[in-house]
Amino acid sequence: MSSSVEQLVNREYKYGFITDIEAESAPPGLSEETVRFISAKKQEPEWLLEWRLKAYRRWLEMTEPHWPNVTYTPVDYQAITYYSAPKTAKPLGSLDEVDPKLLETYEKLGIPLSEQKLLAGVAVDAIFDSVSVGTTFKETLAKAGVIFCSFGEAVREHPELVRKYLGSVVPANDNFFAALNSAVFSDGSFVFVPKGVQCPMELSTYFRINAANTGQFERTLIVAEEGASVSYLEGCTAPKRDENQLHAAVVELVALDDARIKYSTVQNWYAGDDEGKGGIYNFVTKRGKAAHRAKISWTQVETGSAITWKYPSVILQGDDSVGEFYSVAVTNGRQQADTGTKMIHLGRNSRSTIVSKGISAGQGQNSYRGLVQIMPNAEGSRNYTQCDSMLIGNRCGAHTFPYIDVRNSTSDVEHEASTSKIGEDQIFYCKARGLNTEHAISVIVNGFCKEVFRELPMEFAVEAQKLLGVSLEGSVG
Amino acid sequence: MSLLQITDLHAAVDEVEILKGISLTVNPGEVHAIMGPNGSGKSTLAQVLAGHPSYEVTGGSVTLDGEDLLEMEAEERAWAGVFLAFQYPVEIPGVTNAYFLRQAYNEIRKARGLDEIDPIDFIDLLEEKLKVVEWGPEIMERAVNFGFSGGEKKRNEILQMAVLEPKLAILDETDSGLDIDALRIVANGVNRLRRPDSATIVVTHYQRLLNFIVPDYVHVLAGGRIIRSGGKELALELEEKGYEWLTGPEAAVAS
Repeated sequence: MSSSVEQLVNREYKYGFITDIEAESAPPGLSEETVRFISAKKQEPEWLLEWRLKAYRRWLEMTEPHWPNVTYTPVDYQAITYYSAPKTAKPLGSLDEVDPKLLETYEKLGIPLSEQKLLAGVAVDAIFDSVSVGTTFKETLAKAGVIFCSFGEAVREHPELVRKYLGSVVPANDNFFAALNSAVFSDGSFVFVPKGVQCPMELSTYFRINAANTGQFERTLIVAEEGASVSYLEGCTAPKRDENQLHAAVVELVALDDARIKYSTVQNWYAGDDEGKGGIYNFVTKRGKAAHRAKISWTQVETGSAITWKYPSVILQGDDSVGEFYSVAVTNGRQQADTGTKMIHLGRNSRSTIVSKGISAGQGQNSYRGLVQIMPNAEGSRNYTQCDSMLIGNRCGAHTFPYIDVRNSTSDVEHEASTSKIGEDQIFYCKARGLNTEHAISVIVNGFCKEVFRELPMEFAVEAQKLLGVSLEGSVG
Repeated sequence: MSLLQITDLHAAVDEVEILKGISLTVNPGEVHAIMGPNGSGKSTLAQVLAGHPSYEVTGGSVTLDGEDLLEMEAEERAWAGVFLAFQYPVEIPGVTNAYFLRQAYNEIRKARGLDEIDPIDFIDLLEEKLKVVEWGPEIMERAVNFGFSGGEKKRNEILQMAVLEPKLAILDETDSGLDIDALRIVANGVNRLRRPDSATIVVTHYQRLLNFIVPDYVHVLAGGRIIRSGGKELALELEEKGYEWLTGPEAAVAS
């Protein structure tokens, strides 16, 4: 392909600024002391400290997984700072007490936290490095009986709920990164929607890594009781730094009978520069458990991070439960992504849908890895998987690793896959109709991703389209 | 002043020269047919005029309204009023015909300093234009050319042409693969779009299309050169005698 499809890599990452704010940090390195330090800082109850320590001890016995189709310089777990918090005298009572510099940071990111300026009907929790800096619309939500707060606050205010559900979907010893997170997680979001309640607004969490050499280990727990429903969105950015930063989050979704949880992610962590220097290592465990007739839907638009390793999954435990995974993953420059989903069918007549769109540009490497497992009791279950890859240019790669394991004879599993290349002819056709090259790419790529974008909440679908435009800017000149 | 002026145009692909000195003058209101055997360079000429990056212009000049066309990017040529109806229209999955065409329409308006049209007004505009190709509005919600039959793709090109109202329309083998009904619809569309201030170049292998779109001039291209020009009767003569009448057996296989 000509030079026209070779340049898409010179994009500017506009969220790469650093906020100069005084922080209180733990010394780098990980030991039992670090775990105790974090737990003490957060004034946690004894049972949670014990839970962390158990996870830490299990983590010591585990090894970092190397089966994903990515290569990176090894992580030095002793060089990372596991706790960093903007300095404030006391826990924040309201948004008015938040350091104006922090609010400015979120304004710059396009996430105004002052409630009157918010997108109508979206409540936001903002996580800066290790701690939550403010949750909006709390009162409106409380009236409906919905709890939406930082994880730390949930531990203080609703310990019984946290204790009941923490680790119930992703056990502390689930995998290397989940165990690490369980030991050192600092904050995150907690959502609880009681029986029969439809959450009156979209909930959103915004994650920001600021401090250097700091890992972000947030933990999100969403519980929807019987018949409840909630839609939740997370967004992520980080400053440009030359060192790699580790992000190892855990997200657990619990959907009880007839509940519905829709979880959307627009991930735009710093991806590193053109030579692959810097950027976020995004090693995340996300999983939901769906009871009878419950539905869990993951939608993700992943454009950032140097290395991505994540498989948002659904355990379809109940009869007639539904799991969905809609994903757009973009790798450009030197980015590498190994992402996909796991659908574990246990309940009868459970259904799952997987639509994965991988876009590779520059020297990006994009792997889809998915497991569809249908257990003997999951009679009459169905899965439909569609896995499409698009290549832009000649130096990128797309890979697909589907695992299908069906253990009864009454279930249906369908898998469709395609690989296409944005060709010079497609671009020329658009140009001949008056669209310039970038506009052409954006139209073609958005068309390719349409089935996923239409699953996103409206405001975020527009964001995602724009984000995709920025991510691919310059990949064709 | 002529609308299009091609002077001694040479063009190559992968360093093989395909066009070996083409000169042609097209005035407003005229229809020119370019005919010739396979491999004569007809489609290359169409692609070069539209600005396809695979073709390298190695000599000569092309002006549209006195402006240097060869200096322009493909999209700038579209803004200036050049429209190529593709021989093989490209599929764009997931992008509706309506969306795509509105983008194109607005880009061209913007380039001319006009305001963009809003989606509602655009629907009204489309309603009129769809009549040109005898289509209902449902076609606009289908993805661009995706899963279209060969005939539908060609009709879609004419619809785009109707909406974009080019100064210079180049139809590249628009008749190939069309049954007689589709051919009639496409040709009627082109005829309805004829304006005194615009011109059309019809590139075709067969005389058949020219029964429907009657040209003012016919040029025969062979071996990368125009070897004969004449009126519409030249096409009939060619139909009767075959290309060998003009080219001889050895010239027909050139390039």
